[in-house]
Amino acid sequence: MSETLKVKTMAQFAAEGKQPEILFWVGCAGSFDDRSKKITRAFAKILNHLEIDFAVLGTEESCTGDPAKRSGNEFLFQMQAMVNIQTLNGYGIKKIVTTCPHCFNTLKNEYPSLGGNYEVLHHSQFLQQLIDEGKLKVQGGSFKGKKITFHDPCYLGRGNNIYEAPRELIKQLDADLVEMKRCRSESFCCGAGGAQVFKEAEPGNKEVNIERTEEALELKPDVIATGCPFCMIMLTDGVKLKNQNENVKVIDLAELIAAGL
Amino acid sequence: MISQIIFTVIFTGSILWFFSSLKKIRDNIFLGKKVTVKGEVKERLKIMARVALGQGKMFTRPVAGLLHLIVYLGFLIVNIEMLEIVIDGVAGTHRVLSFMGGFYDFLIASFEFFAVAVIIACIVFLIRRNILKIKRFHNPEMTKWPKTDANLILIFEILLMTAFLTMNAADSLLQQLNADHYVKAGAFPFSSFLHPLFSGFDIQQLIIVERSAWWFHIIGVLLFLNYLPISKHFHIIMAFPNTYFSKLEPKTALDNLEAVTREVKLMLDPNANPYEAPASNEQPGRFGAKDVTDLNRIQLLNAYTCTECGRCTSVCPANITGKKLSPRKIMMDVRDRMEELGKHKRQHGNVDDGKALIRDYISEEEIFACTTCNACSEICPVNIDPVSIIIDLRRYLVMEESKLPQEWTTMLTNIENNGAPWQFSMNDRLNWVNE
Ligand code: SF4
Ligand code: SF4
Repeated sequence: MSETLKVKTMAQFAAEGKQPEILFWVGCAGSFDDRSKKITRAFAKILNHLEIDFAVLGTEESCTGDPAKRSGNEFLFQMQAMVNIQTLNGYGIKKIVTTCPHCFNTLKNEYPSLGGNYEVLHHSQFLQQLIDEGKLKVQGGSFKGKKITFHDPCYLGRGNNIYEAPRELIKQLDADLVEMKRCRSESFCCGAGGAQVFKEAEPGNKEVNIERTEEALELKPDVIATGCPFCMIMLTDGVKLKNQNENVKVIDLAELIAAGL
Repeated sequence: MISQIIFTVIFTGSILWFFSSLKKIRDNIFLGKKVTVKGEVKERLKIMARVALGQGKMFTRPVAGLLHLIVYLGFLIVNIEMLEIVIDGVAGTHRVLSFMGGFYDFLIASFEFFAVAVIIACIVFLIRRNILKIKRFHNPEMTKWPKTDANLILIFEILLMTAFLTMNAADSLLQQLNADHYVKAGAFPFSSFLHPLFSGFDIQQLIIVERSAWWFHIIGVLLFLNYLPISKHFHIIMAFPNTYFSKLEPKTALDNLEAVTREVKLMLDPNANPYEAPASNEQPGRFGAKDVTDLNRIQLLNAYTCTECGRCTSVCPANITGKKLSPRKIMMDVRDRMEELGKHKRQHGNVDDGKALIRDYISEEEIFACTTCNACSEICPVNIDPVSIIIDLRRYLVMEESKLPQEWTTMLTNIENNGAPWQFSMNDRLNWVNE
């Protein structure tokens, strides 16, 4: 991707004495991981395209603390949370959209009792709303008629009951949505959650992401769609290890939509 | 008269025995920490009605769900029959409820229907458990007792139902023979198939058959009642309180430890004088859980409710890919440890026996393997939440013992220093804009 993006920080908004409509919470993966950065850019492209007034925290953003909390370090989690809440409340943030279900879950469910109360949306929900309101027109483009399967991220589906929005988005593309045996509330983990992505797995006979990738590949899809940068990492690795990266692409919902703009 | 007295003594005795077991279990659960229960009573009752009473989550596995429903309905309905048996036993009457006439006939006929259905279901269950190789019944934690327990109860049920049908068969023959005391009442569509077994029996012999089956049935039921508290079948009672106390927050929402919040606020407040910190009345508790005494009472209630069905383990990504973690084992370990510690406390008056849930029961390897995907808590038919226990054990290892995988130490240091789990500079957070 090479097109220039217009991205302003909260600090810039504040300096102008303005308040954006939404805060785009980018997350650590979205900021630093090379593959995930493309998801971030795709979502920003959609926001630019629709001329939505948004800001990012930029260098003022810090890890939500999700991996600290899931790995058992509640201290570090709450330190992170308190600092982030100070920043967010300092800017008077009301509405947050994020492309990461882990950030989404933490901001939405775990920040309120620590003093951080915001309306938090996952990008699939936000995009779905824009389509419903007629603001976003989606074209299938290169995905029209392609076989797409959607991997439900645990922190989006089972965690927060968001099953429909991602599927609605895929249907907008006139694509052929096929479901894996384990889907929706019975979806199978990609293996990244619970801070597992940051360490070697315990001894076993298979990696979790391989099991999931095999299940997806059984459907012979053109695209495995995800809505989580960590699922993206795990499934991309899986597809590569299975030598299927020429035939099957792992693509985030934001990228699917951005490609048709 | 003698038999009435014997009956009353046996009946009262086993009820008392049952309540003393309940008391022990309550004490064991109260080894855990108090919890404040949030959420509305109405919402909780609704969940209880749907999940426990209505078996709302059983049908994700249709075959097991249907069989279970039969046994469950059979259990409920045959229990109504118990009411009559108890009155007859104490008062020396026979079929005391038969004044209900046609409705009574209908009741007895449906009891018989369920007795037969339960026998069939139990036989299928026995086949599933012992002959078909269904993986979740053969995990490593399904050792001797859990296996025997499951089989025992199925055999128990079959015997009870057989006794019930035998009793009815003999009774209806006695009614036909106009035997004294055997009032004409009830309809016997299923037990009448047993009549040929008793061809040529005289009244005296039939009475012996009828009475033996009656006593077998009632003593069996009372034994069954007192078997429950030491068995996974205790779930038929515990499912109700347990679903009432279900987690209402979104599945992936973990609680924020309040003790930590207090300390973090102090650390972040530049004006705070740590020496002036208001002394809280609470014990300076432990962070996370090392033993069952560090878990809360709902988590312990969960353990007593676990039916060892293994649905959780059969969907656990860690377990499926060959790791040691099995959420069912976690629940069984918590229950075993609670029983052990409770017994120790009753005998020695304190709760230190030199053992702990961590390591004596659950290894670090198991605790660190969980992806917190919540597949286990989603599928559990009685709304158990194994993840909360796993996370509390993790918290203890990480915060109290600093025992954690090396890569996690690195990850945590990165978050602390750079605000990200990877070693990147905060200043590079916006690089994506221009790439
Ligand atoms: S939450 Fe943990 S224990 Fe439960 S199914 Fe997922 S990985 Fe297994
Ligand atoms: S925790 Fe629930 S699903 Fe797992 S064995 Fe116990 S009852 Fe079954």
